Parts: sequence; structure tokens; C-alpha cells
Amino acid sequence: MIRFDEVSKRYPGGKDALSRVSFELGTGEMAFLTGHSGAGKSTMMKLIILMERPSQGQVFLEGTNLNRVSSRQVPGVRRSVGVVFQNHQLLFDRTVFDNVALPLIIAGFSHRELGRRVRAALSKVGLSDKEKQYPVTLSGGEQQRVGIARAVVNKPPVLLADEPTGNLDPELSKEIMNLFHQFNQVGVTIMIATHDLELVSRMKRRELILDHGRLEDNAWQ
Amino acid sequence: MAVNTKSSGATIAATDLRGKALSWVGHHRQVCIESLSSLLQTWMSSLMTWLVIGIALALPTILYLMLVNVGEISGSWEGKPRISLYLVHEATEADALDLAHRLLERPGIESTLFISSADALAQFRSLSGFGDVLNTLDQNPLPGVIEIKPSITDVGQLRLQVESLRTYELVDTVEFDLEWIERLFAMLQFAERLVATLGFVLALGVLLIIGNTIRLAIENRRSEIEIVKLVGGTDSFVRRPFLYLGFWYGLGGALVAWILVQGSLLFLSTPVETIAQSYRDDFALSGPGILDSTIILIVGAGLGVSGALLAVSRHLSEVEPE
Repeated sequence: MIRFDEVSKRYPGGKDALSRVSFELGTGEMAFLTGHSGAGKSTMMKLIILMERPSQGQVFLEGTNLNRVSSRQVPGVRRSVGVVFQNHQLLFDRTVFDNVALPLIIAGFSHRELGRRVRAALSKVGLSDKEKQYPVTLSGGEQQRVGIARAVVNKPPVLLADEPTGNLDPELSKEIMNLFHQFNQVGVTIMIATHDLELVSRMKRRELILDHGRLEDNAWQ
Repeated sequence: MAVNTKSSGATIAATDLRGKALSWVGHHRQVCIESLSSLLQTWMSSLMTWLVIGIALALPTILYLMLVNVGEISGSWEGKPRISLYLVHEATEADALDLAHRLLERPGIESTLFISSADALAQFRSLSGFGDVLNTLDQNPLPGVIEIKPSITDVGQLRLQVESLRTYELVDTVEFDLEWIERLFAMLQFAERLVATLGFVLALGVLLIIGNTIRLAIENRRSEIEIVKLVGGTDSFVRRPFLYLGFWYGLGGALVAWILVQGSLLFLSTPVETIAQSYRDDFALSGPGILDSTIILIVGAGLGVSGALLAVSRHLSEVEPE
């Protein structure tokens, strides 16, 4: 589903964010991406949704070589990947409902289908009663869950999450992880970047460890 | 909590084509309404922009309408000159009528009209308002006139005609108004060009005003654009609200222009018509008709969308999520 083939990324200024990273994440697999800050976790995420292009090597998503994707085709690729951003990336002048509905509006869903799916996604993350509120009125954790609802509302085959539990207390973190676990159970390929090593060890999943741009693959034995 | 995501590798759930089209139309309508209501929410600053655009559009429109009106007046000469033969004072009325009759036989003359010196005096008295002055004169200073409407329009032939008319004994002077008509037309043509140039420059100005306003709007909604791009919004999806914004700026500006034009014509109509009616009694200042009004609105909206396109094509690609 996701394959990195000798991928290096050097930012202007000469800093190597990733060097010769290779790994493959199979369909329906769930993995954690860990490492110190600046190890290249975000860069890997950015390469998958084409916010960045590799300096060397190739990234494949669902068999598509992303190097061959033109800028016109970028939106199509992004629609097939649900992303939970560390800083939520919510529209603060829109209601929770409108925020979650955004990917569906972009994809051109009918009005009725839209309402049904948004409510389903909101109920999954436990925010059914907040759909008319604005993100400012929500707590950090709730905003994070709005972001998760938006990432899954379009039922993408791949879900990426960048520090999804960064702002949450342990109880809520567990709930969110359960949520990811459930998505994974129905076949969604999931990659979660996180600092929370305790959580990673508890989940007993494959762990990709980044250290100064180099990858160590610790499959769960 | 039931998770009902599709099985692995699921393609993005596709809605049918009809549903897509409906949703596309729906989104257009929604963006159209949203952009207007956002302008109305900040109505003070929107009004300023509308006024600037309105003034820029109204100026050439008013000048153009003035030209149309002047053209209408000059058009009533039908572009055909009149030749006036001023007769010598010794000419009797019978001589004059005879001459007027004989002239009709000449080629190139459509009609002749004899105005006796007494008629001329009466006309002058009623039109000029110098009746009292005329009373102090002991004799009628005005000569008899034969007005000729030529059937030819060629300037060279007309000049020949005029020359040969001078040779009649009864004719004192020949006045020929072709030259000043030519001059008037030349001036009108110049004025038309001036209005066109001014219109072009001001339209360019409107384009830039709207472009700049949209650029600021893009700047203001930077984070929103980034988010929409992140979740897979296409360029046309991102562009859409800004194009509608430009459309509303242009249309609103055109509406202001229309109001300004109507207002100024209303303000000017009374004095202009008073002046005009002292010459001719059937003159009325004509404002923009339905066609002109429609053109103003279309031009305004068109400039709005074009200005927005200009700004969007230059600045939207700069906004990329980081």
C-alpha cells in the first residue's frame, strides 16, 4: 500500500531529513513511526501526501509511483489518504459539521449522503452533540477528534496520523488508539507518527524508528 | 461504535454522475451565496470597493451617453448640408419666388424654401428675444433667404454647386454649412475616441482594483486555502470562491455605476433640456436604455471575474501547505 524505495530528502540548506529510507507497509497493516523530533517523521508523511517530493528514490502509494504524479493529479492522491494533522488544521470560521464535511464536498457527494456520513464520522469520535459548534469552543482533544472525523469521513484506504494523541490525556489517548484499531480492523492501512513510546509498546504493532533520517524497522515479534 | 469503513484497498466511494453534477451545481450555488453574504457582512469596506469601481465605470458611461445625445442632435441634420442664399435687398418677393422655382430645375437640388425678409424678421423676433431692439430700427435689416436642400452629398460637387449659385444676380451671399458640420463630426469622432480611451484605461483600473482586492482576500484566507488543498481540493475548487467574489465586486460596482449614471442624468436633464428646447422643441436627454444597462452590468461582472482570475492565477499557486 505504501512503499518507500531508497528515499532521501534533502531540504534546501543541505539538511538531510531522510536518507535512503526503504520500507513497505502492506494493505491493512498498522504501524507506528517513532523517533526524536526532527528525525524525519513529518517529512515521511509529507512525502506520502505530496507536500514534499523526494530528492532521491521513489514513493509508491497503492502501486502508483508518486514521482510520476503531476501537480494536477495531486488532489486525487490526497483524497485517497486521510490525514490527522498534529495542529488539527481546522477551519475556525466553520462549524464542526462543515469541517468534517469538507472532504465530501470536495469529492462531490450529494447533500443527503453528506449529512449521513458526517454524522456517522462524528458519532465514531464521540462528538455527535457538537456538530453545530465552532472549533474555538472545543478543547484541544475535541479539536483533535474533529480532525480524525474529517480524516476518515471519506473512507480513505490509507490513514496517516501525525501525533494524534499529542494533546490528549492518557484516557482519551487510549480511546483514540482504539478508534484507529477499529479502522484498521476493517482494512484501513494506518501509519501513526508518535512520541508516545509507552502507547506504542502497549499496542504491540510494527514500529518504524527514525534516527537522524535513517530507518530501523522493528516488526513486532 | 460501529466502524463501517469499506474493506481494504477500497476505492473512494463513488457517487453516480447525476449526483456529482447536482453536487457541483449545489456547491456553485453555495459558494455564490456565501461570497455575497461575506461581502455584505463587511459591508462598509465592500461598499468602498463598490463605490470606487462604480465611479470608474460611471465616468466613461456618462461621457458616452452625452456623446449619444449630441449625436442624436447632429443626426437630425441627416448629415446633409443646407445652402442658404441671402438675396440682395432690391429683390422683390416675386423675383425671389421665381428664382426659388427656377432653382428646382437645376440638377442636385431637392427642394427650395423662400423665407421673405418679413418672415425672417418675425422668426428672429420670436426666437432671439431681441424683439425690443428690433422695434427701435426703422427698417427691416434682414434680407430674404432661399434655403436649398441639396440632393447630392458629395463635398466636391456641393462646392461646385455653391460656386455656380453665387453667379445669380439676385444672390448677395451664399452660406454653406457643410464645413462646420464636417468639423462637428470630426469633433464627435475625436470625442468618441477620447471616451473609448478613457473607458479602456478606467476598465483596466477596475481590473487592477478587483485583482488587488482579491489578492488581499487570498492572503486573508491563506490557512483555509492550505487546508482545502491538504484534504484534496482541486485548483478549481480552491479558485471558485474567489471568482465569485470578483463577480460580486464587479456586479456591485456596475450597479453603483448605473445608479450614478441615472442620478447624474436626472440632475442634468432639466437644464440640458431647457437649453436644447430653445433650439428644438422635441429634444429629451436619453439615459441608458435596457440594452445599455445590461451592457454596464455585464461589463462590470466580466471585469470582476477577469480581475479575480488575474489575481487567482498569480497568487493562488503561491499558497501551498507547509
